[in-house]
Amino acid sequence: MIEIEGLVRRFGDLTAVGGISLKVAKGEVLGFLGPNGAGKSTTMKMITGFIAPSEGRITVCGHDVVEQPFEAQSAIGYLPEGAPAYPDMTPVEFLNFIAQVRGLKDDAARKAIDTAVARTGLQGVLDQRIETLSKGFKRRVGLAQAILHNPPVLIMDEPTDGLDPNQKQAVRSLIKSMSAEKAIIISTHILEEVDAVCTRAIIIDKGRIVADGTPADLLAKSPTKRLDDVFRALTTPDAEINAEGRA
Amino acid sequence: MSFWNATAAVFRREFFGYFATPLAYVFIVIFLLAMGSFTFYFGQFFNTGRAELDVFFGFHPWLYLFLIPALSMRLWAEEQKSGTIELLLTLPIPVSAAVVGKFLAAWAFAGIALLLTFPIWLTVNYLGTPDNGVIFASYLGSWLMAGGYLAIGSCISALTNNQVIAFVVTVVACFLITVSGHNIVLDFFQGWAPTALVNAISSFSFLTHFAAIMEGVIDIRDLIFFGALIGLFLFINVVVIDLKRAG
Repeated sequence: MIEIEGLVRRFGDLTAVGGISLKVAKGEVLGFLGPNGAGKSTTMKMITGFIAPSEGRITVCGHDVVEQPFEAQSAIGYLPEGAPAYPDMTPVEFLNFIAQVRGLKDDAARKAIDTAVARTGLQGVLDQRIETLSKGFKRRVGLAQAILHNPPVLIMDEPTDGLDPNQKQAVRSLIKSMSAEKAIIISTHILEEVDAVCTRAIIIDKGRIVADGTPADLLAKSPTKRLDDVFRALTTPDAEINAEGRA
Repeated sequence: MSFWNATAAVFRREFFGYFATPLAYVFIVIFLLAMGSFTFYFGQFFNTGRAELDVFFGFHPWLYLFLIPALSMRLWAEEQKSGTIELLLTLPIPVSAAVVGKFLAAWAFAGIALLLTFPIWLTVNYLGTPDNGVIFASYLGSWLMAGGYLAIGSCISALTNNQVIAFVVTVVACFLITVSGHNIVLDFFQGWAPTALVNAISSFSFLTHFAAIMEGVIDIRDLIFFGALIGLFLFINVVVIDLKRAG
């Protein structure tokens, strides 16, 4: 359902994504792993049509993201990094706005909102302004917005970042419950998450794919059988943290 | 999703958004206080002894110079700062619909603030017999002028994610375009520049066109001037946003 070929994105002299190709089929939950700045978010921004690729092609459900952006975007539910939402709205107003923009009317809109609210457990805070909500609820509002139109493709940038263990568990169950009939990409740097929800994982470093396989495949690459070690072996750390504080 | 459905959805969100926060009320109160105090205190409205609102409308360009940028500064800068722009632009709607929807909402809001100055119209009708046709034309001209300032402000707001910068730059830009028809500026050119140039500079001035409408003659050329100016700046606004996303 998602096909990416030779995807490149440059910002001035910096190459954020340096030639990524991949396919995601229905029923797959693909985990994007990689250090901060590896190009995970940039790739997601290109799949969802927020920024244009410098080179390469992205097709979502048969629609080229650059040439038929609205058809592709209609098929995608997107949770951007940090789950941005309009702080002055209540969740119910916000979801109504998204439903309108997505072309859902009256009954269809009401049903979609009810389903999304039930799945994300937002019932208790529907009339509270979003800016007053806790981080966990804000994230759920973002999730509800992403799944509102029951899209065949879900793209989620760090869906569990900053949540407590219970909330993380809830979000993971939600993703799992939807995975059978969708193609899902999530990015994360929490390695246990890959094991918990992903059917396949890709490790990205400096804008390139350095490993691609099931979580078990990746574990097999390390003699210690620990995902942490695979991650550290394959990716480049930022400037070393100087533990002793000497120059 | 048609252009106008998307525009309407964005319009509704933005327009009711004003009233969800104290912004709307603070703005309207300051707007009315400023309009009133300038007219009665500086403009010596009662002492002129004439049943007309020229004094009142005469202050509009100068008050708009500060009040309209306060309204327009957040239009795009806030979305870019908070990340909601990523949400908005990955929805299946054209950028132009988002630009027009936001602009129309701000313009309608400015229109409401302007309409709430009606007590002064009642006052002048109570005290004498003014030419209500001229007053109607002046109101229309004032609203068109507000639209012109808003379009410039919206465009500048898209260039930055800092609302303070958007405000300051918009004030300066609006000041220049306002005074380009004032004698202070024209005298500077009059001595040496060809008449055609002086006329061209003067023809870009809001003051020139607003003064013409305030005479009570709604000339199609003045309407076209404001319409074209709004169209031009909204078009640039769309281009600015598209350029930021280009690969």
